[in-house]
Amino acid sequence: MTLQKAPYPLIGGVHLPDHKHESTQKPIQTLTLAPRLIIPLLQHIGEEAKPIVAMGDHVLKGQKIGEVRAFVSTPVHASTSGTIVDIGLYPVDHPSQLHGLCVVIEPDGLDEWAAHTGLDDYLNAPISTLLAIIKEAGIAGMGGAGFPTGSKLSLKEHTPVDIVVLNAMECEPYITADDMLMRERANEVIEGAKIVQYMLQAQQIIIGIEDNKAQAINALQQIIKDDSQIIISVTPTRYPSGAARQTVYMLTGREVPASGRTTDVGVFCLNVATAAAVYRAVVLGEPLLSRITTVTGLGVSQAANFEVLIGTPIKHLLSQAKAQFEQISRLIIGGPMMGYTLPHADIAVIKTTNCVIAATNKDFAPPPPEMPCIRCGDCAVVCPVVLLPQQLLWFAKSKEFDKAKQHNLDDCIECGACAYVCPSNIPLVQYYRYAKGELATQQQEAEKAEIARVRFESRKERLAQEEADKEAKRQARQIAAAKAKEDAAKQLELAPQQNTAAPAIDSKTLMIAAATARSNLKKAQKRLLAAQTTQEDTTAIEQEIEQLQAEVTKLQTGLS
Amino acid sequence: MMLSTLSSPHTHPPKNTGQVMRQVCYALCPALLALTWIFGLGSLINAIWCVFLAVTLESLCLKLRNKPIKFYLKDGSAIVTGLLLGLSITPLAPWWLAVIGLIFAIPIAKHLYGGLGQNPFNPAMIAYALLLISFPVEMTRWPTQFITPEHIMQSFSSSWPSMGIDKLTGATPLDLFKTSAQQHIINNNTWLNGYLDNKWLMINTAFALGGIYLLAKKIITWHIPVAFLSSLALLSTAFFMFDEARYASPVLHLLTGATMMGAFFIATDPVTAPSANQGRLVYGAMIGALIYVIRTWGGYPDAVAFAVLLMNLAAPLIDTLLQPRTFGHDIKPITWRGKNELTHGHY
Repeated sequence: MTLQKAPYPLIGGVHLPDHKHESTQKPIQTLTLAPRLIIPLLQHIGEEAKPIVAMGDHVLKGQKIGEVRAFVSTPVHASTSGTIVDIGLYPVDHPSQLHGLCVVIEPDGLDEWAAHTGLDDYLNAPISTLLAIIKEAGIAGMGGAGFPTGSKLSLKEHTPVDIVVLNAMECEPYITADDMLMRERANEVIEGAKIVQYMLQAQQIIIGIEDNKAQAINALQQIIKDDSQIIISVTPTRYPSGAARQTVYMLTGREVPASGRTTDVGVFCLNVATAAAVYRAVVLGEPLLSRITTVTGLGVSQAANFEVLIGTPIKHLLSQAKAQFEQISRLIIGGPMMGYTLPHADIAVIKTTNCVIAATNKDFAPPPPEMPCIRCGDCAVVCPVVLLPQQLLWFAKSKEFDKAKQHNLDDCIECGACAYVCPSNIPLVQYYRYAKGELATQQQEAEKAEIARVRFESRKERLAQEEADKEAKRQARQIAAAKAKEDAAKQLELAPQQNTAAPAIDSKTLMIAAATARSNLKKAQKRLLAAQTTQEDTTAIEQEIEQLQAEVTKLQTGLS
Repeated sequence: MMLSTLSSPHTHPPKNTGQVMRQVCYALCPALLALTWIFGLGSLINAIWCVFLAVTLESLCLKLRNKPIKFYLKDGSAIVTGLLLGLSITPLAPWWLAVIGLIFAIPIAKHLYGGLGQNPFNPAMIAYALLLISFPVEMTRWPTQFITPEHIMQSFSSSWPSMGIDKLTGATPLDLFKTSAQQHIINNNTWLNGYLDNKWLMINTAFALGGIYLLAKKIITWHIPVAFLSSLALLSTAFFMFDEARYASPVLHLLTGATMMGAFFIATDPVTAPSANQGRLVYGAMIGALIYVIRTWGGYPDAVAFAVLLMNLAAPLIDTLLQPRTFGHDIKPITWRGKNELTHGHY
């Protein structure tokens, strides 16, 4: 085990007041059971699980209630034993505020586990077995992004990984969940990391941690002892050192290509909480049912970290932390730099809810109004991705989104460091989100237009083809008709005295004339009938009928 | 609970543009004191008059543009422009000089381009250059000694009798050097020679002190002042070593005229300078070089205003040409442990 200073600095970044001590005064607290657990069937990117239980079913703790098939997905489990009381749409913990399909469980208070076993010799088990266990356990990245861990570990065959980076940075202020986890359960974290290292056949585990977590570093050192494959790399406390690409650069010097992932440089990044979840799944057989969530802010009088069952409503969590609900002006999920707000507290904790900040106006005052940009350039100095935030602002304002894209707007991690330092209080990140949204819309419309164009072109071609075919047939018919005419003319020549006076009439004209005459006759006969019923004078009509009859006979004989 | 649904980031330090400008005003106080101590109340009167005019003109322009006056005045940029112009022009300037200058600086050079943050040229320097070219006599009437308040009032109200000038005003050190150089008078030109005037030395030191205060408070970064002064020092040293008689010593260049003011207060104006630090190094260096060129071979004794304005023209180009490499793009590949091609970044 080596304790070292991280070899590379964070590029850009800001030093923030960390507000960590408020929630680290007490050990991890347990929560009483909420009256209802609302478990969303989709808690991250990927496919929504399909409920495999029905209303009224009794479920045990750890029983699977949502099944998945797609690659990027995790199954969902019941966080405690109880009865399914509803499966429907509820507001979920997501910045979009859209509703999601959730399974609602009413706990029976028994907390009865479903049958489960762990593996004993897990560091020698077949890797496929371990992978299956992790997938089945429903583990997703618990640092906040929530990518399904089983899918992340299913690397393509030829992606070599030599370093597992354990991300213990927790660089956002206020959040202390990972810190407390390491202080109290360092063994779970280390064992989980070792399992992942074994699965990826990596050489090293590097734990990246900021220097404001001295107790956690000690706890980790106690567990690691002399293991030569694990290094603790300590970085200065700067935001956003915990962003995966930035962490990898600080700890290994390897720069992840913008269009790639950390595995492209041989590094697998894993959050400490996810590592602990892997341990529990493999060694104890427990699926992911709970997580440690920090509850802090001046709106709660007893800020602390809690072990929270997935599906616990945030209101319940806040009550346990003795929240003063009238004081809370902003409810933030995550940290103050990248966290999103919730409009109400009747939303449930999910696998990625690492922190709830019950903020009052004293915590975060309403933002001052935006002033014009004075081109001071501070935003560019702090950008961890070395973008030009000023240029991106101009492009977003003037709606030149393609220029923004050229200036690598897609690489922006929306960390908020630029907006934090702006002396004119310009909400830069909001401009970038707007620009990204417009670009995405433009791209979708371009794709739709392309499809429409292809269809239009093919249709045009098809119609042109049909026209050409018709034309060809017409030509053929005309040629045939001309030939027939010729033959008829030749016949007439051969039988010269027959019909010299009569004009050469072709059969078609004759048929038409015959048909016309027949229909005229029929009409006349109808008129006669009508006149007869009304007792009118019918002599004129009878004369007409005679004439028409004679015509029809003539034409018929002409035809035949 | 009434919850607001604002988007991240939720926290912000209290620093804002108004505070930045206020710090700049504080940093100009040593220089104002020095000028008043040395030359009399002239600079103080100019400063007050210019600030008053600047704020008035700014309010007028904001009103015409239908913007909330109080909100935009709080950013303090008009005050700084007024103060800078007030300190740049001679203490013996008549009142109408400031009026003409500021009418050009604030409505024309700033608001016509879109207001704060949109002007391509430094407003104070544009005003100074305009006045220098249009009214060379009034603008070059620098005092050589302390001027009494009565004389100040006379010059301010533009009723200075033309006879009384010669005793009290004279050429500045740069003026003197330029004239004698033009007349090919070979002087005993040492590093610290007679051309160096204690008064100007003190004034420049006062500006430099203010500049160091701004650096300490992180209002400006070191890039522009250091590049500016280094390039000026380098060029002047090179030429001085080459021919001591004909070229002014680097000490003279650095410590007279508007050098220190330009280095710390004029060139560092964020709106008109390149926005990235690597661009600022080039910008500062070019300003220093241009100042030397114009002072030595150009038509004017002091060149800070012209050099800054010329480089303001180039600032957008510098920004475009010196864009840094984005993290994760165009990475130089190296083979790692001979096994696979993994990459490592370079900065």
